[in-house]
Amino acid sequence: MKNWGFKISQARIIDLDKANTKMFEDLCLKVPSAKRCIMCGGCSATCTASNHTNFNFRNCNLMFRRGQFEGLAEELDKCMLCGKCKLVCPRGVNTRAIIYNMRIILNKMNYKNIEL
Amino acid sequence: MTKNKHYWNQYQKEIADDNYFYERSCIRQSFFPGSETTFLKILREELGKTIIDDPNQHTCTGIGYHSDVVPFDTTMTVCARLFSLMKDAGFKNYVPSCVTSFGVFTEVIETWQNFPEELEKTRNFLRKATGREFDIPNNIVHPSDIIYKYRTELKNKMKYQLINQETGKPLKGVEHIGCHYGKIFSKHAVGGAEFPQVLAGMIEEWGGEVVDYPERRHCCGFGFRQYLVMANRGYSVANTKKKFDSMQAYKPDFVLTNCPGCTMFMDRWQYTIAEMEGITYDDKKMGIPVLTYEELAGLLLGYNPWDLGLQLHQIQSESLLNKIGIKYDPKDKFVGKSGTFLGEPNKPEKLIVDYEK
Repeated sequence: MKNWGFKISQARIIDLDKANTKMFEDLCLKVPSAKRCIMCGGCSATCTASNHTNFNFRNCNLMFRRGQFEGLAEELDKCMLCGKCKLVCPRGVNTRAIIYNMRIILNKMNYKNIEL
Repeated sequence: MTKNKHYWNQYQKEIADDNYFYERSCIRQSFFPGSETTFLKILREELGKTIIDDPNQHTCTGIGYHSDVVPFDTTMTVCARLFSLMKDAGFKNYVPSCVTSFGVFTEVIETWQNFPEELEKTRNFLRKATGREFDIPNNIVHPSDIIYKYRTELKNKMKYQLINQETGKPLKGVEHIGCHYGKIFSKHAVGGAEFPQVLAGMIEEWGGEVVDYPERRHCCGFGFRQYLVMANRGYSVANTKKKFDSMQAYKPDFVLTNCPGCTMFMDRWQYTIAEMEGITYDDKKMGIPVLTYEELAGLLLGYNPWDLGLQLHQIQSESLLNKIGIKYDPKDKFVGKSGTFLGEPNKPEKLIVDYEK
């Protein structure tokens, strides 16, 4: 095989028709306020864990909605469940409960990374 | 109907009738060496127009400008020198062969119109550097605009049509327009950025059928920054692959382009995709021929395909020639103008280049 020095880049497309959005629906049954999130990022701005790591709740929430579960459990491990994000959320989203329930769902799907 | 016609008028542009000053492309003469000569031949011999091909012309800096190595002040001054050559020749209608040049010139002129101080600055730069003066062209069009304008006159002179000789059905053509033709300033494109008609009009007029596929307006993948650095070339070829993946289901007989970069990449990347992943986009593993509008016009006018330089394309075009019914001698394919055999190029491993019926 010839060495071209480059490869054909894969498309960064998230096909929402094929994405697993069922898990987000399950999450909303447990935490209905999850639907109210507008991805403003206020949670990430105030997050203590974000100060010391690259943890980003807004990003995790978006990945979960789109069914991108690879590596998500490791990200959620960084959360200390202190709940500061819940205090600043302008939409009253129960962010702490979202993280806790996302961990449970990922655990059931064998994306386990933490002992609950 | 009248109302519709009124709206379509907003998407038209003025294309000068005659007396053109031609500016050649930096890259077309090496990639598709027959195209520019064919354009001049069509204008002079078929349409009887006057067009100047000045030997003192030079680059427009387009590739350097879009690669961030040439500053815009330099680009404006270099373009101004080209306009000064046109002034010396006594012409006012500027015709840049390359779509990127066309985009650069329209951008430069738009800048001068909106910021007159930049025009004065450029005049000073050119005066100090060369002692030359220039005028802004009255009309600036791409050669594909001119062929589009005279497509009916050319049709009347054509020996062939875009009709499959075996089935009697129109040949399916994918038209791909360079981004710098209509996506920078849509007012300078026939049909604007939304409904570019310049190539589709040619295909339909000459008997073919235009394929409307999902990624029709997607970039070919050149994009300058995506290609010029080797580490980024994966993005370039991914764009081309996306387009071909999208058009494959419609089984196009050929691709028609008006931009040197698009012709180059849609032609050559088919080879790269075939060698890397074993994918070709036609039934015979030969790929889909990619032609410039001059080559297509020349073919239908009855010019020799080997004089047009079709053998220098990566995807060989014999399948298309046979569908149209064009007569050619396969033995002349690699014979030079002096009559001596020039030798055959190396063959790819997976892409088939030898046509067998």
